[in-house]
Amino acid sequence: MNLKTRVLGETYQFRDLKEVFAKANEEKSGDQLAGIAAGDSRERVAAKQVLSDLTLSDIRNHPLLPAEKDEVSRVIEEGINEKIFREIQNWSVAELREYILSHEATDSELKRISRGLSSEMIAASAKLMSNLDLITAAAKIRNITHCNIAIGQPGVLAARVQPNHPADHVQGIKAAIYEGLSYGSGDAVIGINPVIDTADSVKDILLMTKEVMNKWDIPTQNCVLAHVTTQMRAIRQGAPADMIFQSLAGSEDGNRAFGIDVALLDEADDLIRKEGTSTGPNYWYFETGQGSELSAEAHHGIDQLTMESRCYGLARKYNPFIVNTVVGFIGPEYLYDSRQVIRAGLEDHYMGKMHGLPMGCDVCYTNHMKVDQNDMDNLGILLSAAGVNFVIGVAMADDVMLNYQSTSFHDIAAFREVMGLRPAPAFEKWLEKMGIMENGKLTALAGDPTIFM
Amino acid sequence: MEQQLDVLVDKVVAELQKKLAEMSKQTPVQAEPALAVQESAVFADIAEEEPERTANVPHPKWEEGLLELLESTPARIGVWRTGVRPLTRTMLQLRRDHAAAVDAVYGEVDQALLEEFSLFTVETQYDNTENYLKRPDMGRILNEEGVRLLQERCQMRPQVQIVVSDGLSASAIDANLRDVLPSLLDSLQSYGLSCGTPFFVKGGRVASMDHIGELLQPEVLVLLIGERPGLVTAHSMSAYMCYRPRKGIVESERTVISNIHAKGTSPIEAGAHIGTILSKMLEQKASGVKLVL
Repeated sequence: MNLKTRVLGETYQFRDLKEVFAKANEEKSGDQLAGIAAGDSRERVAAKQVLSDLTLSDIRNHPLLPAEKDEVSRVIEEGINEKIFREIQNWSVAELREYILSHEATDSELKRISRGLSSEMIAASAKLMSNLDLITAAAKIRNITHCNIAIGQPGVLAARVQPNHPADHVQGIKAAIYEGLSYGSGDAVIGINPVIDTADSVKDILLMTKEVMNKWDIPTQNCVLAHVTTQMRAIRQGAPADMIFQSLAGSEDGNRAFGIDVALLDEADDLIRKEGTSTGPNYWYFETGQGSELSAEAHHGIDQLTMESRCYGLARKYNPFIVNTVVGFIGPEYLYDSRQVIRAGLEDHYMGKMHGLPMGCDVCYTNHMKVDQNDMDNLGILLSAAGVNFVIGVAMADDVMLNYQSTSFHDIAAFREVMGLRPAPAFEKWLEKMGIMENGKLTALAGDPTIFM
Repeated sequence: MEQQLDVLVDKVVAELQKKLAEMSKQTPVQAEPALAVQESAVFADIAEEEPERTANVPHPKWEEGLLELLESTPARIGVWRTGVRPLTRTMLQLRRDHAAAVDAVYGEVDQALLEEFSLFTVETQYDNTENYLKRPDMGRILNEEGVRLLQERCQMRPQVQIVVSDGLSASAIDANLRDVLPSLLDSLQSYGLSCGTPFFVKGGRVASMDHIGELLQPEVLVLLIGERPGLVTAHSMSAYMCYRPRKGIVESERTVISNIHAKGTSPIEAGAHIGTILSKMLEQKASGVKLVL
């Protein structure tokens, strides 16, 4: 394995694969905070150059976090299809990138090689891609999933209605659901982040959302994004949950900080299959985001892009209905400005899609980042072009519970209109029946939440 | 126990409000014109900040229903649209609230306010705002000059050490310190507690209290610090308290009152409440999850 190269007259010798991986990343404040980022653009390109010549078997034979030490590594390693891996093991990362971007590699070819790739290999290919490469590659992959309805088809952009309330008042949550539905959002999920993490409270919100869905015959799915153990308690007490949710990290320690491990996810998986209220076969909702491992001091000296990719390696074990990266939530010490957030959003979406996941994105930012709503407009359009499965809809993008800004119900309608995209087919039919949408366009009724009262 | 605490807090607040009322009566109008202007500016700012909760849907199916929805949540609903885009007023409201939040992060605490309370300033190793945001670790350690200043000017081993820091919102300090600090000092006095030399930390993070704890070795320390600003308010302050703060303290050993602002926990009440909690900490020689309130 060669870890040495010359760039612009200077020789660069890297210590190990971890260093090459970290330094090959585009600039991120999180990698700088971890003290593992490239010192300058020359060193960055040197690392990319070294990485491009490494083979896929080099990456597999030199694990960044050995399977003996980490259960996420074990899940990833066990998921690799050996036959497919053997066909491509001698490819360099450069060849992998070129194959993925070639016209020969269509949706089904990419899905096939995905089964032979580890999360680290997929991360490596992302490190060699420009933003437009990430968009071009991801746009070829359609990962269609089904819970109560199907989303992810070509030409479809779905949306989560995120109707959070600062005190979990059921009436207030309902009001924001009505607003979202009236703009044509809500086909991915009606998903609430609760303030109060108790089984009773989760159950109340699940019951209310189910009631709204039943009353208006809405083809979608509900979810309350409490800790997985709280949801499990609520479900065992009879709460109607179509899906089960959890945030994931890319290492065993990181997941421990989230209060989960693979055994617990397996148990939850079993429960939702037996006691969930939806059709399936996809029952999970996962959220991820670059930097969460470093913030829990569980990154093992590995860069945040690679750790993020490992989250997807864990997620794919459970065939989720939706996965999204909450790209700008974690703060400026991980992604400093709009440039870094936009880059991370495109990377995460691409890596998730390459893992075969139904990838969405919470296009978002906190107020102490150098980002504003215009940047969200940009990333939203870029991801729509890249074929993102769903984005998040919050009233005027302002989440009054989580105190950050995402994309709005208006934005989702605009992404669809500008990019020629439609809601999920079953949901669009319902919107037409309600008189909210006609031929893919919002009608004069749209935007009036009282039509549901 | 909790009831007793409430009664105590109420008493102190009542006392203080009486005093403040007397003070305002006594203050001649012409005495402090600069201050008066400043105060009215603060009030104007707060008034402006009230979200304009108007229903914009032109012909809702159910008019009263729309008002009912608006009353049920602070979320920006019933805003209407032009095509698929928001109305100009709604869009500008959002931009205005974001601007206030950004100003809070990049703004500086009013020097006159610090002088009013005789707070001298020390800095952490943060160096500049960009670095402050990227390197939380640097905001946890005072710089050399800061260490020297503390050793020179502060009383060592005080019973209670009060520290103020801008944190992520300078305007949180501007908006709340004038109410919180006097009521806190009053409360400490009513418990018969003595206070060290208070000061201001520029570019501080919550864990800067550990470094300060090592240097001054107070029995208890309270850090009044600006919170990450949201759009609902950019002026929210937190009070972090710790018994014998030192390096290696974990988050669960700190007690916190958050959400201190005009529309959250009232600043005057918060000051009194902090005093009560600090006295409990001294009594029980504990803070955070180990403290019984």
